Amino acid sequence: MSQQLAQKLGFAFLGLMSLVVIVPILLVVGAIIYAGFPALSWEFLSAMPREGMRAGGIFPAIVGTLLLTLGTGLVAIPVGVGAAVYLSEYARDNLFTRAIRLAIVNLASIPSVVYGLFGLGLFVLLLQFGTSILAGSLTLAIMTLPVIISTSEEALRAVPMEYRTVSESLGGTHWQGIRRIVLPQALPGIITGVILGLLRAAGETAPILFTVAAFFLPRLPQSAFDQTMALPYHLYVISTQVPGMPLSIQHGTALVLLAFVLSMNLVATLIRSYFRRRREW
Amino acid sequence: MEWVIEAVIRVLGFSAIGFVAMIFVFLLLEGVPAFVRVPLNNLFDTSWYPSLGLYGVWPLIIGSLLVTLVAMIIAFPLGIGTAVFVREIAPNWAREILKPLIEVLAGIPSVVLGFFGMVTVAPIIRESLGAPTGLTAFTGSLLLAYMSLPTIISVAEDALDAVPRSYRDAGLAMGATQWQTIWRVVVPAARSGILMALMLGMGRAIGETMAVLMVTGNAARIPTGLSDLFMPIRTMTATIAAEMGEVARGSTHYHVLFGVGLILFIVTFAITLSAASVMFRRRSRGGLR
Repeated sequence: MSQQLAQKLGFAFLGLMSLVVIVPILLVVGAIIYAGFPALSWEFLSAMPREGMRAGGIFPAIVGTLLLTLGTGLVAIPVGVGAAVYLSEYARDNLFTRAIRLAIVNLASIPSVVYGLFGLGLFVLLLQFGTSILAGSLTLAIMTLPVIISTSEEALRAVPMEYRTVSESLGGTHWQGIRRIVLPQALPGIITGVILGLLRAAGETAPILFTVAAFFLPRLPQSAFDQTMALPYHLYVISTQVPGMPLSIQHGTALVLLAFVLSMNLVATLIRSYFRRRREW
Repeated sequence: MEWVIEAVIRVLGFSAIGFVAMIFVFLLLEGVPAFVRVPLNNLFDTSWYPSLGLYGVWPLIIGSLLVTLVAMIIAFPLGIGTAVFVREIAPNWAREILKPLIEVLAGIPSVVLGFFGMVTVAPIIRESLGAPTGLTAFTGSLLLAYMSLPTIISVAEDALDAVPRSYRDAGLAMGATQWQTIWRVVVPAARSGILMALMLGMGRAIGETMAVLMVTGNAARIPTGLSDLFMPIRTMTATIAAEMGEVARGSTHYHVLFGVGLILFIVTFAITLSAASVMFRRRSRGGLR
């Protein structure tokens, strides 16, 4: 009986721990929605900032984040998916492949601000792209690679072996099998991974601090070599660098960024669960 | 034609190694001059006043270690407890609520958490302690703990998942309660994966930048006692983020900041390497994690 009681108490304690983990998450999301919602208006989303960012909207920051996300995807998707195809379909299990895997894990653990340093040193200064969308996208793309590679590889590996053997037994080459059979089957998983990776890029601040971000630039960027404002950096700036900033604008910006990231997260989750139910294996 | 595509794929496959190498070489090239230009007794001194030419990195290193350590003291028990709850105990409906919420936490940008920490957590800490400011090492640790929780929970959960069902059955068949089986059979069998969870969580915490920059107050001083946990502190990551924008390329300050980046790179690399060696050893031992 006392063992049973100990078990009950133990389970209750672990349940309590889980509550300690999730309640603050609900509080953070709830507080930002609650405080940010009144600040939202069509003007806030579609107008340029005015009066030293203390009034007006955050339109250029929204556009900047979308452009950076797009640029990151243009670079990171082909490279990441290609690397995943190599690891899943070509690589043998040898020391070299292990080194690649170690490099990927390591890439994932490099602090974001170190990516910022690297981007500054290589893209901004050495290659002379300047603080630009191009430099920022390249920096974010390298940072996003490990997420895209590992989720895509997982999706590719989940495709049953028979699909490949059947393709080859019908006279298809290795590449034809990958191109026509394996990749289409793995596509939903790859898309999910790509969205998750790009989200991370969209919400990052440290890598763009010295590579793209404009403190205050009330116009849209003209080219890939232009600076831009971006939502995460904008939130950092208005909450720490600008005295007398109305709290409502800070909360509104936080809400827009959070809503953007979480809704994409939701899309990725929905794609994953939808195709998981529908797939043929 | 096909061989062109396959060659490209091969090159892309190796790209990860190339990028890591490039980042390392770059940090070396820009960071090593710091160790040449600044005398070592200055560099490893306790004063960080770049405007006066004092580049003592000790306060930054200690600051990073302190917030990471305290974050892990908070996050590790919470993370493992939650992982055990989710994997071993929770009814389905609770799991359906817990897992997506933890994913939401993983998705919140660090600048948003930092903002929340500034406007909500810091005032609470200031008032409850009667401290002059709520921007303290402890505030940073608290945020870092929650930021590393998703990593800790998911890695620990995978480790528990890999323990064969027969282990649990054997424990129960011996007359142990489920509670006893969890702590004396399942968790010990998953210990290397749980260690990995701790290490990867630590790597995540030590490299975190924005939230720490926004809530730790950024005073470069060496903590001397426990009460300093409730004083402002400054980490390596926050220093780079705060100062890099203002330095001239090629100046001593510029190189020292790259040197700090190099230290960060080496520390996280070492953490990853030891986590990976746990992983590889486990594999060569044959299956069981």
